[in-house]
Amino acid sequence: MPTPPRPVFELKDVEKVFQVRKPGQRFGRKTVGLRALDGVRLSVEQGASLALVGESGSGKSTLLRVLLGLDAPTDGQARYRGRPIRAVRDEGADFARDVAMVYQDARGSLNPRMTVGALIAEPLRRFAVVPAPEIGARVATLLTRVGLPADAAGRYPAALSGGQVRRVAIARALASDPSVLVADEAVSGLDVSTQAQLLTLLRRLQQDMGLTLVFITHDLGVASFLCEQIAIMYLGRIVETGPTDAVLTSPAHPYTAALRDAAPKFFEPIAEPLPGEIPSPLDLPSGCRFSGRCPRVQPDCHARDPHLARSRTRSVTRSVACLHPLAPVDGAGPVAPANPGPAPEQTRPD
Amino acid sequence: MNLLSIDALTVDRGTARILDRVSLDVARGETVALVGESGAGKSTIATAIMRLLGDARISGSIALADAGDLLALREPDMVRLRGRRLSMIFQDAGAALNPAYTVGAQLVSAVRRNLGLGKRDAHARAVELMTQVGINDPEARLSAYPHQLSGGMQQRVMVAIALAADPDLLLADEPTSALDVTIQAQIVRLILAQTRARGAACIFVLHDLALASQACDSVVVLYAGQVVESGPVRDVLDNARHPYTRQLKSCVLEIGRDDLVAPEGTVPSHEDMPAGCRFATRCPRAQDRCWADAPPLETARGSHRFACWNPE
Ligand SMILES: Nc1ncnc2c1ncn2[C@@H]1O[C@H](COP(=O)(O)OP(=O)(O)OP(=O)(O)O)[C@@H](O)[C@H]1O
Ligand SMILES: Nc1ncnc2c1ncn2[C@@H]1O[C@H](COP(=O)(O)OP(=O)(O)OP(=O)(O)O)[C@@H](O)[C@H]1O
Ligand code: SF4
Ligand code: SF4
Ligand SMILES: [Mg+2]
Ligand SMILES: [Mg+2]
Repeated sequence: MPTPPRPVFELKDVEKVFQVRKPGQRFGRKTVGLRALDGVRLSVEQGASLALVGESGSGKSTLLRVLLGLDAPTDGQARYRGRPIRAVRDEGADFARDVAMVYQDARGSLNPRMTVGALIAEPLRRFAVVPAPEIGARVATLLTRVGLPADAAGRYPAALSGGQVRRVAIARALASDPSVLVADEAVSGLDVSTQAQLLTLLRRLQQDMGLTLVFITHDLGVASFLCEQIAIMYLGRIVETGPTDAVLTSPAHPYTAALRDAAPKFFEPIAEPLPGEIPSPLDLPSGCRFSGRCPRVQPDCHARDPHLARSRTRSVTRSVACLHPLAPVDGAGPVAPANPGPAPEQTRPD
Repeated sequence: MNLLSIDALTVDRGTARILDRVSLDVARGETVALVGESGAGKSTIATAIMRLLGDARISGSIALADAGDLLALREPDMVRLRGRRLSMIFQDAGAALNPAYTVGAQLVSAVRRNLGLGKRDAHARAVELMTQVGINDPEARLSAYPHQLSGGMQQRVMVAIALAADPDLLLADEPTSALDVTIQAQIVRLILAQTRARGAACIFVLHDLALASQACDSVVVLYAGQVVESGPVRDVLDNARHPYTRQLKSCVLEIGRDDLVAPEGTVPSHEDMPAGCRFATRCPRAQDRCWADAPPLETARGSHRFACWNPE
């Protein structure tokens, strides 16, 4: 039996702590640790598509920076095809060519002194994607792919609208023919028709070329269209994960349910906000970190901190970190952290 | 009389016509959504109203009730209007707050500048505003630096700064596109409640048509620098006459939707813009006439207007 391919990304109990100045102190050198990622486990297989969704400040961008080797985890393991990400990254250009990134701050990620054409030509040249004489033609192809007019090549980022800058960032990321695309809010701020073009393009690349996708988005419609799997984050933790359709049709975590209910729907009243304030990551409540805002909160939620627990319902694997989950996931509870990825090796009785 | 009346606003940069004879009205207390393809000129309209467009060439008029044509005002008069009667929440909020100053310093200075209050009164007003935008423990948050607040909280601070002087018109350029949907719902409700309580009007630049239908009274649809359809939200979003508006609506991804068909093509570059209807290169209903003559804005019913020779 051939050994199964290694997951593209594998995170085990990843922690990321930033040292920040003590709140209320304007000067002084006293710092406290801000736990941006807290025991994150994740496995992304070759050709998989994973949506990362969660409240702002929940650690999504930090998680992506760990996947790209830009930030080293403070604790835990982060592997790329079986090897530590930081080591692979330091080895050379292969990782950078294979794993492309679209940053949340698209404008900030582009050199303002380079024209759009030069910005897209740069990865083509650096990774020798096409012979030098063909670079111009390839730039034109990439511009069309992301829906920019040909005359955009001669313009500077400052002369582009917010959405146009985002398209340049996507064109640059696709230039090196990567096998993995990691994207932070890549289609937010685009009109829905441009968004539709890019999403169908990405879905085609994903289905036909086996592109592996890790896609941060606030838009649950985008997540459900593009990604097979979804992970919902809240304050540094993954609180629910599983197949996107199953999770969004019948959420198990009350925060997932709140997200689904708050998604805008034509001509319906705007959703009632959740009660309470998002706690500061420096001052987490005891027990479940969602307890201050949870509509299902019960007394034990203030005492026990639920970890992500796996369960299997009708052959789909889902995990949730909640003491009193909504309907579909049975057997969930305050169990030790379980891997939301593939089941561990088991000997079969045949 | 309308609070704001934009007539034939045209903006050129270099050889590019960014806005072409844009007209739109905003009544007192009305909430208007500006939607349309990225690069269509939505931010340019908002920035033109604030008269912060820099070196672009501008013609047409932007009439604000009791102030006359903003394009004709001297800069000192405009400075007085900004903040007091007009204020804007910019597309990137993170960038709009100065990282070197505390949130309180920035809010207090906005209050002092616009209301001419003394230090102590301005501080009290700042605390009041922070409470109104739903920030707990406002005294403590005022001494925080922007990076110490979450994205949603920074955005609420921006709303507080924008509301500091009780403006008549609030311009909100994609105020929530970086926020998760629960916080988005909270911020939009907040902006609506605060503007309603003040009888202020609001122009929202949005990409989410479903959100526009929930939050706004009317919608203006832009394509390549022109208004192609406008009117009450029901008319425009439920009974669109312009093919571009229909196309936009057909691309909205609701949860679980799997059958998306992306429209073909891109907006033509400025050199290749058709002489007639600018949408002709991509329009499924285009006829010969569309290429030659630009369709005028026509009235469908009441204030519902569209510009198309062969409407749906
Ligand atoms: N370099 C840093 N130094 C200190 N704190 C940081 C740093 N980067 C992130 N944080 C903090 O870590 C937490 C997670 O931030 P992160 O940017 O990953 O959130 P996010 O989920 O991407 O949010 P958003 O949706 O707003 O982009 C936040 O509390 C943030 O303030
Ligand atoms: N400084 C500039 N010089 C030349 N062209 C510019 C400049 N700033 C903006 N533009 C162009 O003006 C047009 C309108 O830009 P604007 O920012 O108003 O678009 P928008 O509708 O707000 O788009 P988005 O939804 O992407 O924010 C775009 O085609 C843009 O490329
Ligand atoms: S553990 Fe309790 S507070 Fe936390 S999400 Fe579940 S029900 Fe809500
Ligand atoms: S005028 Fe013609 S090309 Fe333009 S939108 Fe109408 S049918 Fe289409
Ligand atoms: Mg982020
Ligand atoms: Mg804009």
